[in-house]
Formats: sequence, structure tokens, C-alpha cells
Amino acid sequence: MSAQFLQFLLAGLTVGAIYALVALGFSIIYNASHVINFAQGEFVMVGGMCTVWLANAGWPLPAAVAAAVLLAALLGLALERLAVEPARGASVVTLIIITIGASILLRGLASVVWDKKFHALKPFSGEAPLHIGGATLLPQSLWVLGVTLAIVVLLSWFFGRTLLGKALLATSHNRLAAQLVGISVRRVLLTAYGLSAALGGVAGILIAPITFTSWDVGVMLGLKGFAAAILGGMGSGPGAVLGGLALGIIEAMGAGYLSSAYKDALAFVIILAVLFFMPGGLLGARRTERV
Amino acid sequence: MKHRAWFAAALLAAAAAAQAQAPIRIGAFLSVTGPAAFLGDPEQKTLELYVEKLNAAGGVLGRKLELVAYDSAGDAEKARTFAKRLIEQDKVDLIVGGSTTGETMAVVPLIEQAGMPFISLAGAVVIVEPVKKWVFKTPHSDRQACERIFVDMKARGTTRIALISGAGGFDKSMRAQCMQVAKNHGIEIVADESYGAGDTDMTAQLSKIKNTLGVQAVLNAGFGQGPAIVTKNYRQLSIGAPLYQSHGVASKQYIQLAGGAADGVRLPAAALLVAETLPDSDPQKKVVLGYKREYEARYKSDVSTFGGHAWDGLMLAVEALKKAGTTDKAKVRDALESVRGFMGTAGTFNMSPTDHVGLDVSGFRMLEIRKGDWTLAR
Repeated sequence: MSAQFLQFLLAGLTVGAIYALVALGFSIIYNASHVINFAQGEFVMVGGMCTVWLANAGWPLPAAVAAAVLLAALLGLALERLAVEPARGASVVTLIIITIGASILLRGLASVVWDKKFHALKPFSGEAPLHIGGATLLPQSLWVLGVTLAIVVLLSWFFGRTLLGKALLATSHNRLAAQLVGISVRRVLLTAYGLSAALGGVAGILIAPITFTSWDVGVMLGLKGFAAAILGGMGSGPGAVLGGLALGIIEAMGAGYLSSAYKDALAFVIILAVLFFMPGGLLGARRTERV
Repeated sequence: MKHRAWFAAALLAAAAAAQAQAPIRIGAFLSVTGPAAFLGDPEQKTLELYVEKLNAAGGVLGRKLELVAYDSAGDAEKARTFAKRLIEQDKVDLIVGGSTTGETMAVVPLIEQAGMPFISLAGAVVIVEPVKKWVFKTPHSDRQACERIFVDMKARGTTRIALISGAGGFDKSMRAQCMQVAKNHGIEIVADESYGAGDTDMTAQLSKIKNTLGVQAVLNAGFGQGPAIVTKNYRQLSIGAPLYQSHGVASKQYIQLAGGAADGVRLPAAALLVAETLPDSDPQKKVVLGYKREYEARYKSDVSTFGGHAWDGLMLAVEALKKAGTTDKAKVRDALESVRGFMGTAGTFNMSPTDHVGLDVSGFRMLEIRKGDWTLAR
């Protein structure tokens, strides 16, 4: 029984780590601009698909990974520069709709440039499962967990110790004040989009050997990441990580002990429940709306 | 006056000749893109290749064939729209297509109403049971797949099995059929798990199966990426019992996705996949090897049984057209229903008023995947 529990837990943590990375991407852009970037899932897709494509073309894996993350980041920058920036001053809702448009465009492009088939990426270090207390774990899961941990550490350093990171945080608290003390909000926005797109790309690459990738994986992963961000508290970094892991574990336990039919429904029930009962999420700021 | 009569006669003859020259229009709607692209893509390529070849050889009934094909992208709604267009605007003479069961079932009412000879390329038994006047199909039904698998299990001394299936139309239908025929074969299903269409991790369901006492084999009913993930997770959990897949995974893409995890998986599939290794005495060898060589020479990619279903569909249509000697829909339908002893890639077709597939289980070979390739299981 406990081996089974451990198995569900490990499966949940692996998927949860990916949700966490996607949720972090949502949070960073939300902080910088109060926009929920619904194209976040597409960066996940681009990361995975591009790596598979380059690896099949004979590139060594590290080069393919680097190029795919770079491509995702460039697409993020392009999204900001070509779609969000020209619409500055538009309401947040308009900007959100723009990101939805961008996601449909990216999906369409991917299906034309690449194809509409499923692809598998070779695991980074073999397929022999590791046995832990009666449960089994793929080496790729360790990659997922390890890289996610490294990224979380790097991000907390970035936001806590670097000028650009602090500028990002300052902008999230008060955009006008940040501008007044000389922070270039445009640069902050560009950084935010580039950074979250790169995060999405990394998530897509890490998960591709476990779950396969295709032109439309971004939709579901994007929605799950969004649910994780809401659960953790939109805009909170630790919240995004906590929300992602919690969501992954809830899903795995739900599929294991209840029925797998409810697995996807659980994520969306969570969004509704959180929005109804604790709109700030687990770790989100307790704000009060001024009327 | 005499001149005029000659002239009129010449005109009439020219008109008749023109009519004879009008091509026979074969309609198709296939899932060339989308989640079932691995079905529709080889099907479309096969139809294109062989319409071309038949035309080069002089066509059928002295007329050229013309293929009118649409991409229904695995969407039942689109399939319906295209079927309507094929019937009403394109005025095709018969339809070959419907890569998935869902798409096929969505157009059946239209087909029946219009009285259009229709050969489906989809798997589930509901398409031909109960028999529908105008609807035929070429792949083995899912019930036959279950039976073939159970025969193999029984031969290896397996009686208690676990079932894991997806949420798609094919998956559900096959699950139901397996449940139904299991008893007849003395097989007891002791665990029955399912997974969603877009699920990316089935370790939870497989853990439950692993912890069920007395499971001697596991059967996965499904197609697409789901079975590939099941296969990977299955090896990850080091489940010792043999894993059986359905004929829905009989394409190289499954082996590519599942990688080394696919080794040792057993499945029922048409002889096409092992064409080269068939003994020369096998009556199917000539047909399947011919198709395999021609397809692979043209497209430089591996054949799949799905393309074979399209070959069977097109050639059955041609056979029926020749037999009927006309494109009159009712006569073509009757001819289709009376096809006997026709050797296709899936086996020998013996159609009858009560059987619109006409295949028996013997066309199914039990295969085992070894070192990333299909081999005949012993």
C-alpha cells in the first residue's frame, strides 16, 4: 500500500514540477504587466517540438536544447515587441485576448512548420527505472525535479540579488513609481516575456521524453500551469512552485485512488474552488479591492 | 440531308464517347491531420498511389478514376460536412473513407439516406453490426481482435487478465467487445482500468493493476499515443506479466514512440507487417508483398496496416465496379455484397448480406515486437 502511495507521489511530483515551471512563467508576466499570458503553453510546445526536430536532424542533445530554449525566448520577446507593446495602454483584458490570439497563431505555425504527429525525445540518461522503496522512478523524472529545483534557486537569486530582478519586482508593486525612479518599464516587460518563454521552453524539453510532444500539447499544459498559478496565488513565485507540485500530486492521487476519469476535472474544480473561497490562492497577496 | 444525318450521328457518337470518358469519381474523407493522422495519412497516400496506377493501366470499365479526397482531421463534425459535399456537390460514385469509428458513424445516416456505396476504413464492430445496407468496412473488427488475443493467451496458459483502455471510441468499443467475448474463451478480467484522451502518465492505473492479485497478462485497448505511454510506464513499473496491445498500434510510429519498452509486446495484426517473413506457400504473401514494395518505393516510408485497409477498400470498390459493369449505385452495392474469395491485405474477403466485413480471424497474425521490429509470434 505504501509502495503504491509512493508511486503516485513520485508520478505527481514529476508532473507537478512541470506545472510549477509553467506557473512560474505565468507569474512573472503577471507581475510585470498584470496580464495572464495564455500563450505560455505554446512556449512549452515550442521547446519540446524544436528539440525533437533538431535532435532528429542530427544535432547533439545539449545544442538542440539550447537552441530550443533560445527559440522559445525569442518568440517570447517577439510576442512582447510585436503584439503586446504596440497595444500598450490597452486594457488588461485586451492584452489577454492578444495572448490568446498569439497562442492560436503559434499552434498553427507549429503544425505547418513541423507536423501534427506525436514525437518522442530520447531520455537524457537512459530508460532503466530506479527502484525506491517498492516504487519506480525514471531517470528523466530526476532531471525534471533537479532542473526545476535549480531554476527555482536561480530565480530567487535573480529577483533577490540583481538590479534587473529587483526592477521587475518594483514594477510589479507599482508601475508608475518604478517608472518615476528611473526603471525602464519597457525593458522590464521584455525581460519578463523572454524569461517566462524560456522557462516554458525548458519545461517542454524536460517533459518530452516522458509524455511525448506534439503541436497541441501546449493547450493542456498551459491550462494546468494556469490552474497551478491560481492555486498558489497568481504573482507569487513560491506560490507557483507550491501550486504546481500540489496540483500534480492531487492529480496523481485522484487518478490512483478515485478514477482517472476525474483527473483533468480535478484541476479545473480547484481553479473554481480557489477563486470562490480564497481568491488570493495559497500564498498570494491578501488584497482588498477598493470600491 | 444525308450529310446532315451523318453529322448528327457523328455528334451522338462523340457525345457517347465523351460520356464514356467521364471519370468514375471516388470520394474519400480521411483523418490526414490531427490525432488520427497516423491512420489517414497512409490511407490517403495509398489511395492516391493506386488510383494513379489503375489509371495508368487503363482505368476501370474503360473509364479513368478520379479521387476526390478531403481531410476530416479526426473530427466527426467535419467528416459529416465532407460526406455531404461528396454526395451532393461532387456527386461521387462511391465513397471510401472514414479513418476512425467516430467519423464513420457520424456519416452513416447520410450514406443510408443517399444510397451511396460506402467502404469504411475504421475498426469498431458497431459499423457493420447491425448490418447497414450501404455500409461496408475493410479492417478486422475489434471483436475479432479480442478473440485472436484471447486465443493466444489461452494457448499460453493465461486465464486471469487485466484490461486498460483509453477514452476514445475505438478504445471503448474494443473494451466492451473484449468483456463480452472473454467468457467464451475462458478468460477472466480481474481488473479494468481506463485513462483519458490526453493523459500523459498511466503509472497510477498500472500500479493498481500491478497490485491486483493473480494478473497473468495485461491487455491495452487503444490507439494513438496512449498505448505508447502505457507501454513505457509498464516497463518503468517492471510489471512481469506479458503486455498485449490491439491492432490499433500496428504502425511503426508506435514502436518509435515507445522505444525499447515495446520489446516483447504482442498484438494481432495483418500479415502485411511481416510480409517478407511469410512462407512462400502463404496465399496472402503475393498481395501484401506487392503492396508493401510499391508503397515503400513510392513514399520511402514503412507501410502500416492502415494504408492496407485503404488498399483493400479501393480494390474492393474496383472489384465491385467491374462485377457490376456499371457505376449504378444499387448495382455496385449488390456487387460489393457478393464479393467472395477476394484476397486483400487483411485476409480473404467473403462478403454476404449478413456480413459486411467478410473477414475471418485467420487473417489476423499474432505478432511480437522484437528489437524494434515486427516478428511472427510463436
